[in-house]
Amino acid sequence: MSPANGAGPALETRGLRKSFGALTVAQDIDFVLQPGARHALIGPNGAGKTSFVELVTGGLQPDAGEVLIGGSAATHLSQDARVKRGLARTFQISALFRRLSALENVTLALSERDGIAGDLWRPSGRHRRVIDEAYALLDRLGAADDALRPVSTLAYGRQRLVEIAVALGLSPTVLLLDEPAAGVPSGESGVIIEVIERLPADLSLLIIEHDMDLVFRLARRITVLVQGRVLVEGPPAEIAADPRVRQVYLGERERR
Amino acid sequence: MTDTVAAAVSILFHGTAFAMVLYLISVGLSVTMGLMGFVNLAHGAFAMLGGYVLTSLMSRLGMPFVPALAAAAVATALASIVVERLLYRRFYGGEELDQVLLTMGLVFIAIAATTYVWGPLQQPLRPPRWLSGQIDFGFREFPAYRSFLILCGAVLVTMLWLGLERTRFGMQIRASVDNLRMAQSVGINTSRLFTLTFALGSGLAGLGGALGAELLSINPSYALDNLVYFLIVVAVGGLGSIRGPFAAALLIGIANTFFQYLLPQLGAFFIYALVMAILLWRPRGLFGRA
Amino acid sequence: MATEGLVRTGVGAGSGAPADPVESFARRHRYRAAEALPWAAAILVFVLFPDYLPLGAQVLANILFALATDLVLGYAGIVTLGQAAFFGTGAYTAGILAANGWGEPITGLLAAAAAAALLGFLSGLIVLRTTGLTLLMQTLVVATLLHEAANKASFITGGDDGLQGMDVWPIFGVFPFDMFGQAAYLYCLAVLFLCWLAARHIVHSPFGRSLTGIRENERRMRAIGAPVMRRRLIVYTIAAGIAGIAGALIAQTTQFVGLGVLSLDRSGTILIMLIIGGVGRLYGAFLGVPLYMIAQDRFSQIQPVYWYFWIGLLMVAVVVFARGGILGLVARLRR
Repeated sequence: MSPANGAGPALETRGLRKSFGALTVAQDIDFVLQPGARHALIGPNGAGKTSFVELVTGGLQPDAGEVLIGGSAATHLSQDARVKRGLARTFQISALFRRLSALENVTLALSERDGIAGDLWRPSGRHRRVIDEAYALLDRLGAADDALRPVSTLAYGRQRLVEIAVALGLSPTVLLLDEPAAGVPSGESGVIIEVIERLPADLSLLIIEHDMDLVFRLARRITVLVQGRVLVEGPPAEIAADPRVRQVYLGERERR
Repeated sequence: MTDTVAAAVSILFHGTAFAMVLYLISVGLSVTMGLMGFVNLAHGAFAMLGGYVLTSLMSRLGMPFVPALAAAAVATALASIVVERLLYRRFYGGEELDQVLLTMGLVFIAIAATTYVWGPLQQPLRPPRWLSGQIDFGFREFPAYRSFLILCGAVLVTMLWLGLERTRFGMQIRASVDNLRMAQSVGINTSRLFTLTFALGSGLAGLGGALGAELLSINPSYALDNLVYFLIVVAVGGLGSIRGPFAAALLIGIANTFFQYLLPQLGAFFIYALVMAILLWRPRGLFGRA
Repeated sequence: MATEGLVRTGVGAGSGAPADPVESFARRHRYRAAEALPWAAAILVFVLFPDYLPLGAQVLANILFALATDLVLGYAGIVTLGQAAFFGTGAYTAGILAANGWGEPITGLLAAAAAAALLGFLSGLIVLRTTGLTLLMQTLVVATLLHEAANKASFITGGDDGLQGMDVWPIFGVFPFDMFGQAAYLYCLAVLFLCWLAARHIVHSPFGRSLTGIRENERRMRAIGAPVMRRRLIVYTIAAGIAGIAGALIAQTTQFVGLGVLSLDRSGTILIMLIIGGVGRLYGAFLGVPLYMIAQDRFSQIQPVYWYFWIGLLMVAVVVFARGGILGLVARLRR
């Protein structure tokens, strides 16, 4: 994995633009993610948050603008090339290999990272080091129990943890978490939050979230996205106090 | 009329007649595949059923042509509702392999059932007297039955188009093909929509099979023999569309007739090569949605 | 599949030391006693049923074909109706060589594999860029194209009448292909064994595991940096080569090739045989193919119509009740 540029941002977009016919999901988005950031992206439904993640990871090609990972241009790189540059993401709705076990899920990610996944001959069991590391990663996240059962049989909160484990298994420098606690019963979401809090300090983190408590607990910087455009960006206290944000998000009318 | 022009007109005419049959049969397949995401390889069996119903009603009960046609379409539509409710709906949004196997199995059962009931031989269609012979169009004469085919096709495609654009039912179909979840959240009863659309598409297929009995002969292995044709029309035209299969059917019908006239020794080879080329250029078909 | 070892080693929720799950996971590829059964059965058949060896050779060749299909369908999750294209290409390659002066079986086999693999690679470049119906359609078109081409090029292929005049030389110059079928049977068995060995290695390798990932969630595979198209192309090419070998075996052991080797019926039938045994479990082919072919040999002569009916009914029943085929049922019963 190529390390992030020492001085510059871990992830940056400049003038990112994307439309689907009449629907504009991104309008001139300038975004900077500093190394070691704990940055949250919030906004009402349909604001274009997930589209932004797709544009950054390469799932969508922008109509205009640039994406830079670790200071170097990545706009025309494929998805897998961007992963090799250190970018990893999770999905809003768990996108795991459902009939495979949690251990297998993470091992697959590690195999890709280490470039052994192209090996056609040696049994995967012989790549012991990778399996051990995968198990240890699951253990660190508290998801090592039932590591051999198909992930589709696990509780949804556990699945979300495995989802994070798979992304972490890529040893990324930039991690995009798309609503990590979405759909998780409130009893189980505490574990996920703790896991996120314990992530390494040098990992640059961008979280997309709806849950305001989570956002204010985890983020040191917040960007608010509305209808594909950046409304405002700043530290949590500023955002919380900003009347525009309140209006858009909490529906509080100005005249009170 | 010079020879080449005469030949061209013949090719266009017969090609269009064939295209109409292909269209009637395939349009239902395109819409239901686009709407339900269900790979229905047994669709041809409905066309076949329409053909059998028509020929049986006419030859065994002496029913006149037009009522028998209507009966064929209705009977097929009803049969399709049974199949959809009992079997198909369990596999919507499911794995493709399941759908392929299920519908292939139904095709095999259909082959066995029709052989048992009607025997293995082709069912000939004897068109009514008012449709036999030639019609004089002034500049030349054309077979009456095929002219009727073209007319039916044109009328039906217009009705379909208007129906899709102007009626509430059509609007619901369009919305659901575009974005199923959104349509459901707006209150459209997608389950009922699926059944009705499927019935309509299968009824049309039955009609097409019945009308086209002369071009695609009615025999037990009909569904299997012609499967490739129907799938080609849908794939080239694009899923979930009624214009797509129309353009594709015209293209393939006319091209097929063209090659049959001019290069019979190469057979259908060029058609398949053409289809491959189109699918390379536009993997989702000519009018498919991105 | 992934949990094959689980029940045996008794690892479950809350079991002992963390080393256990990793151990059993790392041991998945180890040979188990039960894996010797198919080969023991094959030897038994050779010894006990000398009259059935010609049929037996056909069964073995079809097992190979089904194995190739399993790689593509069961492991990589590519739903195709065009496998017959590769099977037929292999058959005609071996057949045409033998009918035109070069009857050496093993080199014929290799030529067939190469031709089929090349076709697999080229068509894969086109076909694998899509998924779903379009992919299915394109595989069908490729197979149908070839079928038409073979039909029209009757000066090479014999067209409707089939390829005549094949003369396959004895294996190693010593063992002739005769009507008793002994050489043919052992020849097919040996080839099947070698290919199975290769397939088993592929399936248990990191590459093979990544295929199951692609099957389960292609989007996710891309998101972890896997070159999905490249992986699919590789397995598609390999499977095409193996299918070509299977076709060549049929050609060489029956000394005849008809257009049926390229037909939709062929593609569909091998699919059915595989499904009955169970997809994606490597041994589905070994179960489904003999069952189907022996049943067909017995019953389809009685009333061909009824055969279609029962097979159709079986397919519907398998899809509705027993999705994983026989091996799937066995796995479910074990839990």
